[in-house]
Amino acid sequence: MSNLNQAMVEKYRNSFLQEVQANVEEGDWVKMCMQCGVCAGSCPMGPYWEHPPQEIFMMIRAGKREEVLSSDSMWMCTSCYNCIARCPRGLPITHIMHGLAHYADRLGLAPKEQPTRKFANKFWDNLTKKGRVNELKLGLALYFMNGFFEGIKVALANQKLGLNMLKAKRMSIAEMFGGHGVKDSNGLHAILKKAREIELAKADEFKG
Amino acid sequence: MADEIKIGAYICQGCGIGDRVDTAQMAQVAQRDAKASIAREHEFLCNAEGVKMIQDDIDNEGVNRVAIVACSRRAKTEAFNFQNVAITRGNIREGVIWVRPDTDEARETTQDMADDYTRMAVAECKYIGVPDNSEEAQYNRTIMVVGGGISGMTAATEAAKAGYPVHLIEKTGALGGAAAKSWKRIPQKSPYRDLEDTGVAELISEIEASDKITVHLNSTLTKTSGAPGRFSADITTESGSTTTENFGAIIQASGYSEYDANQLPELGYGKSPNVVTQAELDAMALEANGGPIKTKDGKDINSVAFVQCAGQRSEKEGHLSYCSGHCCMSSVKQAMYFKDQNPAVDTNVIYTDLRMPGAGGEDFYRGGQEKGVTFTKGSVSEVVTSGSELEVKFKDLILNEDTSEKVDLVVLATGQVANSGLNIDEVGQDEPGEWQSNPESILNLSYRQGKDMPQLTKGFNDSHFICFPYETRRTGIYACGPVRRPMDMQQAIEDAAGATMKAIQAVENAGKGRAAHPRAGDLSYPIFRREGCTQCKRCTVECPFGAIDEDEQRFPQFNEARCRRCGTCMGACPVRVISFENYSVDSVGQQLKIVDIPDEFEEKPRILALACENDAYPALDMAAMNKVEYSAFVRIIPIRCLGSTNLIWITDALNSGYDGVVLMGCQKGENYQCHFVRGSEIAHVRMSKVDDTLQSLSLEPERVSVHEVAITDIERAPQIINEMAETIENIGMSPFKF
Ligand code: SF4
Ligand code: SF4
Ligand code: SF4
Repeated sequence: MSNLNQAMVEKYRNSFLQEVQANVEEGDWVKMCMQCGVCAGSCPMGPYWEHPPQEIFMMIRAGKREEVLSSDSMWMCTSCYNCIARCPRGLPITHIMHGLAHYADRLGLAPKEQPTRKFANKFWDNLTKKGRVNELKLGLALYFMNGFFEGIKVALANQKLGLNMLKAKRMSIAEMFGGHGVKDSNGLHAILKKAREIELAKADEFKG
Repeated sequence: MADEIKIGAYICQGCGIGDRVDTAQMAQVAQRDAKASIAREHEFLCNAEGVKMIQDDIDNEGVNRVAIVACSRRAKTEAFNFQNVAITRGNIREGVIWVRPDTDEARETTQDMADDYTRMAVAECKYIGVPDNSEEAQYNRTIMVVGGGISGMTAATEAAKAGYPVHLIEKTGALGGAAAKSWKRIPQKSPYRDLEDTGVAELISEIEASDKITVHLNSTLTKTSGAPGRFSADITTESGSTTTENFGAIIQASGYSEYDANQLPELGYGKSPNVVTQAELDAMALEANGGPIKTKDGKDINSVAFVQCAGQRSEKEGHLSYCSGHCCMSSVKQAMYFKDQNPAVDTNVIYTDLRMPGAGGEDFYRGGQEKGVTFTKGSVSEVVTSGSELEVKFKDLILNEDTSEKVDLVVLATGQVANSGLNIDEVGQDEPGEWQSNPESILNLSYRQGKDMPQLTKGFNDSHFICFPYETRRTGIYACGPVRRPMDMQQAIEDAAGATMKAIQAVENAGKGRAAHPRAGDLSYPIFRREGCTQCKRCTVECPFGAIDEDEQRFPQFNEARCRRCGTCMGACPVRVISFENYSVDSVGQQLKIVDIPDEFEEKPRILALACENDAYPALDMAAMNKVEYSAFVRIIPIRCLGSTNLIWITDALNSGYDGVVLMGCQKGENYQCHFVRGSEIAHVRMSKVDDTLQSLSLEPERVSVHEVAITDIERAPQIINEMAETIENIGMSPFKF
């Protein structure tokens, strides 16, 4: 995995494209993009992306490995599926965006301070602990993501939402102490460990 | 016809005509004013009884000219199809009642219109006859195909399959042309993913096996003369021996040459052996024969860049301004040469606009992508050739940055240059008696207008690009393949089949003395009164089809089978010595003269509209079907082509008191729609001189207007007429009413 990160990429040669095809979820589709720009025009988050999907696909073909993998663009995807619905070539763009984000994260190239990434990691840690999301802990972790004082401010601002969630039984104070989970959390951890192994083995196979 | 002229006028009351106009008055007008011998009304002229009434008059009363005053000449042609008599039509339905409101106010002017069209139909009748068969007509089923590439070979086999003998002329020592120099072809069948064999070998063996096809290799044409049905060609071999063969029709499939890449030094051509054209890469692939393609110095190729539009779609000096249509597909094909052999080879197609035409184009593009061919939207500025590596510098148009790629091989997608022979607009024909064969000519025609087929633009042979793709400007000679427009193999094959069908048609029509498209079946031909001719040569020069040669005494010599019956020569002739049995300066001139011109104080102006029968007239008919109204003051006469307009018609009209003249022809210029190609254009030039006539009569120039009208101009054609009516209202009536 580490040497994968070092992979040398020549411009407009297919090496990075091949790397993406081998390692990124649905990465096989990247080559089928015909650069029509429909996805870029359809994305509601479009204005906030540095590189819309169309451009990301072109950058992959152009061998811009660093730029793509360290980009925060694909982290902007909200999974609205607009682009997938419209792409005339049928590319599963949303999935590719998440695939790229995930791959960049795995390689440690993803932008550290990207909020979506931070949230995703917290969500994952929270979920995998017991197999169920602990809303209270997740909420607090989120509030204090950017430091203690910031956290207090956010918590106060969202006071009403929190109380309403408690009232509607969407959240429970008891969650603070352990909280609910799946029956066999050891089993779950074993499954996740195995899955990770398989994935890493797949990545290792690819030598860049 | 020596018989005395006996005109019967038949006025229909059906389709609402009887309710709207006084047909009895029209019958009276026909006899009294226009001198018809018989005039009869019928309540439903096109039914069996009405038709029988006319036939009875022909059989028993000796009627030999029939004026049918009913619906448009474009309607009910089957019902009103009488043999051995001349027929004219007065258009009361589409021309009068459908374009005029049914009001008390309009009644009088509507009746005026109907009366005039009755007079006109009878007057025209007097001046036309039934054409005799052309004595020049000959029947020769043999078809000559010039060029042995994929187009020519397809044309030859198609003609042979239809039972027509073929002589196939090929300049080089082998059949196959550009296709034979290719390794594979772009797929022509679904799923359009994998490359196919060129099919050349099959075609050659089919030709060899056919007892109908005679192949002349290493041969060119040193002289072609005659006309459809009686072409004669001197076929000369490299060694100089000549045989003369006779043909009914000719197919020119002389193909293309690759653009000279030496004009592209900035793309590295000529500087490195590893910068090649598409044709050169195909030659390399042929040599590799399915194995890995190597550079010219025998090295492996790991990366290839395809530079699209090399020297094409560019306004730069020496570049081709057009798209050659096949090269994007060809680059995908050639990238597959590498990918199919070894998927690890990088192939990048750098394009500004990827154009994948045809049914399979898009699938083929996907096929390329599936095989890992990459596509980069970019414009290449330079190929740097220092050292063994090539660096392609380009602007990535998606990422908007100047960048470059290093590759082992660069392939330039250069375009097709038509092998259309001499540009006869630049290389004039030799004077009569001094004719000599020109080695640069493809056909070496003895025609007065030049040795090859005229070119439309960019060096391609003119073949009615927009409406009738195989109709060239030389009757009985059909162009197919890249000589008439850039195309790929699949298109060339289809093109060849189309041209072959046209050639067969030409053979059959010529045999019966009938005109070819667009007056297919017309038996008339130009009749020329030699005594009156001043040898001004206008007819010879203006004929869009080069039908007219010159005899030893420099008189025009009409080749009937080459003539398309457009009448351009008739319109051009200043002394009016050219006519047709069924169309003449008189047959139109007498119509416009018989129109009743009310005097100045009646406030009923008259507008003459001469409308092309191919587009403008049908447009007006369709306007009528849609009940689009137009001025009651117009009198419309259909003409064969605006090119047939003789200035005398305009002068006569103005002199006899018409207040305005409207001329409607087809679109001219590079995107012409004129059925006779140049007719409309020539007429526009001719009419630019009308101002002199107007000036000499002290009339306002607005009184004559010339328009380009398409068959779809259903609203616009009536509008043009109405605008003239308004103009007259503004400038006042003509002072020439007597
Ligand atoms: S799914 Fe993601 S990339 Fe696609 S349009 Fe929605 S936000 Fe944009
Ligand atoms: S919509 Fe599809 S084909 Fe078009 S640019 Fe986006 S991914 Fe490519
Ligand atoms: S009618 Fe037309 S085609 Fe025929 S000779 Fe005259 S100008 Fe030429």
